[in-house]
Amino acid sequence: MEQIVLEHVTKRFTTKALGTVTAVNDFCLKVNEGECFSFLGPSGCGKTTTLRMIAGFEDLSEGAIYLGGHAVSVKAKNIYLPPEERGLGMVFQAFAVWPHMTIFDNVAFPLQVQKRPAAEIRERVKVALKHCSLDGMEKIYPSDLSGGQQQRIALARAIVVNPKVMLLDEPLSNLDPQLRETMRFEIKKLQKQFGFTIIFVTHDQSEAMALSDRMLVMDMGNVRQIGTPVELYNSPSSRFVHSFLGQSNFTHVDIRDGKVYAKGDHSQQIWAAPQTGGNKEMLMATRPNTIEMGRDEGYSTKVLKRVFRTDFVEYLVPVGDDILRVQTLHRNLFQEGEPCRLKFPSPMWYPAEEDDSDKERARRMII
Amino acid sequence: MKKFARKRNSDLEKLEGRRFLNLDRIMTLLCYLILITVVILPVFMIIYYAFWDGSKIDFQMFLNVLLQKENLTAIKNTLIIAVFSTTLATVVGVFFAWLLGRSDIPLKGVMKFLFSIPFMIPPFLAAMAWDMMFSGRGGYVNRWLMNTFNLASAPFNINTVMGIIIIEVVYYFPFVYMQVVSALERMDPTLEESARIAGAKQFYVIRRITLPLTIPAISSGVLLVLITSLSNYGIPAMLGFSQNIFTLPTMIVERMNRAGGSFEGIRQATALSIVLVVVVSLALLLQRKLLTVGRYDIIKGKSMRPALIKLRAAKYPLLIFSLVFLVLVVLAPLVMILLVSFIKAYGLNFAPENFTVANYKRILINNTMVKDSVGNSLFLGFAAGIICLFLGAMLAYVIYKVKPKGRGVLELLAVLPYSLPGTVLAIGCILAWSGAFFGVTLYNTIWIILVAYVARYLTYTLKSSSASLQQVHVSLEEASRACGATHLESLRDITLPLIKPAMISGFFLVFFPAMRELTTSVLLYGPNSRTLGVAIYQLRINGQIAPAAALSVITILLIMICNNVVKRITRDKKGV
Repeated sequence: MEQIVLEHVTKRFTTKALGTVTAVNDFCLKVNEGECFSFLGPSGCGKTTTLRMIAGFEDLSEGAIYLGGHAVSVKAKNIYLPPEERGLGMVFQAFAVWPHMTIFDNVAFPLQVQKRPAAEIRERVKVALKHCSLDGMEKIYPSDLSGGQQQRIALARAIVVNPKVMLLDEPLSNLDPQLRETMRFEIKKLQKQFGFTIIFVTHDQSEAMALSDRMLVMDMGNVRQIGTPVELYNSPSSRFVHSFLGQSNFTHVDIRDGKVYAKGDHSQQIWAAPQTGGNKEMLMATRPNTIEMGRDEGYSTKVLKRVFRTDFVEYLVPVGDDILRVQTLHRNLFQEGEPCRLKFPSPMWYPAEEDDSDKERARRMII
Repeated sequence: MKKFARKRNSDLEKLEGRRFLNLDRIMTLLCYLILITVVILPVFMIIYYAFWDGSKIDFQMFLNVLLQKENLTAIKNTLIIAVFSTTLATVVGVFFAWLLGRSDIPLKGVMKFLFSIPFMIPPFLAAMAWDMMFSGRGGYVNRWLMNTFNLASAPFNINTVMGIIIIEVVYYFPFVYMQVVSALERMDPTLEESARIAGAKQFYVIRRITLPLTIPAISSGVLLVLITSLSNYGIPAMLGFSQNIFTLPTMIVERMNRAGGSFEGIRQATALSIVLVVVVSLALLLQRKLLTVGRYDIIKGKSMRPALIKLRAAKYPLLIFSLVFLVLVVLAPLVMILLVSFIKAYGLNFAPENFTVANYKRILINNTMVKDSVGNSLFLGFAAGIICLFLGAMLAYVIYKVKPKGRGVLELLAVLPYSLPGTVLAIGCILAWSGAFFGVTLYNTIWIILVAYVARYLTYTLKSSSASLQQVHVSLEEASRACGATHLESLRDITLPLIKPAMISGFFLVFFPAMRELTTSVLLYGPNSRTLGVAIYQLRINGQIAPAAALSVITILLIMICNNVVKRITRDKKGV
């Protein structure tokens, strides 16, 4: 069943410096019940704005949002439900734990608002705290706790009312890396127990990949691709998505009569399979760890530089006019200057020209 | 070579503290010496006079003074005025802080400007203006109302305890507003948003989250107003003297004037001073207690645009109400003073034929009192500013960098005069500097006012310098020492330039209040050392109300010009 539906959601801001900016443009999405869905994108891409529109902190400029089948924001019909009536759970980047209340009062707040009986509140707060490994800390004030513990209070406060939808706005980015991993695991565990739907906003790709069932990549207010983490990593639909997820090599190639040459080196083919569509320039995108480096077959070149990293060895290898990064295991060693041969098992192909969003990004940078 | 070796040895000795008089020691001693002279002596003299009858310790006089009926009334008035004006000023201040800090009310810039005006006008001037409008005997607004509606008597009488309370409210609520609005603006908006998400309505969020989180800011505003109101002289003096309504500060001055130098009279004034100090200290203790209870970190590093609350239908009614209120409260007194300053004789109607520039001529041309007072105030402002600037920086350096034994005492001594009401400090200065110590007599000269100002405003420069000095890490000075600079050179070339902006802003924190000071100078002035405040006050008391208004206009203009100059200077600084 579809839990969250966004139809043509658009948000425009007017600022003095930029004029009218479309922060979110024609955003369409359906998130299923119990799904963990991530919004990933660089800062300023519109992911947080979208989340705040779902939460009800921002009105829409156009479009409609439905939660659990109910219309919560429909611009055309002038429907707008304030945040407190949407029945959501939300966790913020800066924790937003109330410093003047004890942990108990923080977690009990949503239940007190609903005017639940005191005994029920006590019981449910206790359960929520137990799930977030905060049992026995009811009387402590948040300022006495570490960042990770404060974020757990925020989590407990969000799950105490058993929300159907949980909105997480970069909840892990104020924590140190080790804690981040633990919390990620705990969020997953809580989701399994309570069965809520998660919308997770982050600019950290590995976090999004690890946590989500499906995810989307946003840029300049536009959704660039929606899919599972595997789909997005293995077949990015655009150069932007390719470069945003994982490490990327972009090689400029010339296609001549169905044959593919690296730009600047037409003496050997770089890719054996025939390409159709006439003569043109394209970009061949590869991941540094999928390129096969050997001595017998493939594109022939020389190692320019070698760097030992902890779990792999990285080589800088010229291919035509470009220099590629290639990562191999330690047991397959090449010397600097040694000839080598490269095979590209499953590259992605993109047009060589800049697309519109690249131009728009440049425009905003100048202003 | 030999010279070099000797220099190195002396430096080593310094490092090991073998030399008795190194730079740090000298500065520490100087700090103690100056603070003892400026702070301890006056305080000591007040206690001495209050409890020493010339031959033995005497508590009887203190008790007699305390139990006199008119003194008890003064104490009662002081407390009633302070409590009511503080409460009302808080309500009004918090309301406007919320409106401007959190709601989507339009014209915020205009309102913020209006809020900044009362900070430029001294309280006694504001009181004088209100008196011109609502005085029970011939205030302009009162007379207009009587004529228009055929009333038999004046509808308002501002020369009452109630009147003093109302004027203190309209003068003080911007102080509460300032404290609270800055807390609201810096508060992390997600604290409120997470309460909305939890299901709480707007009003519930204000009650359970926003207000409790701003309690520290509110209470510091409340106590600021409470303490200022308790020791305020200008407003009750302007409004209350004519009706024999006295508060503790005005009663102290009255006693002092009545005494005419008699030992017994002065003793009574010192006894009342001690009562006032006790009351103010109780308020200060309360402040300490409240401020340490609720210190929350509600400000997160990331700056976010605070979520503005939509007022919807209430927006324009509230806007009209606020604008009318602010204009009435802030602009009306200014307009009143301006109009009166051009009137031929106070009491005449504001008709074109009654306006004249004679008042300005009278005070500006051949008026030695006015000329003296402008010169004196400018001199006192600059001199007190410069002295406090260097003294404050030195004190801050000693307290936070040298950290000698007993630095707590130094800190206490430096902030003590700030909590002493100006009237009390002035009496202390009179007693200390009329030949009591080493035969030094400063009484009736401008120097006694300067000493009082330095004691009174030292806290401001100390605070601004120490805040900045705490940002300067020790390693910066150490790096300079490591590069071969002496202690003095490091201080001069590294530390001082780094805290220079704070020192300069500290100067203006002293300059402006000193320019418009009345409370201490009204007790300390002599025939040739009147300040602007005293000059206006005397013109007003002598019934020359229109010339007093003219001089007030000049004072306000002077303050505004200085303020603009400062703004320009500090803006240029930022550009560098």
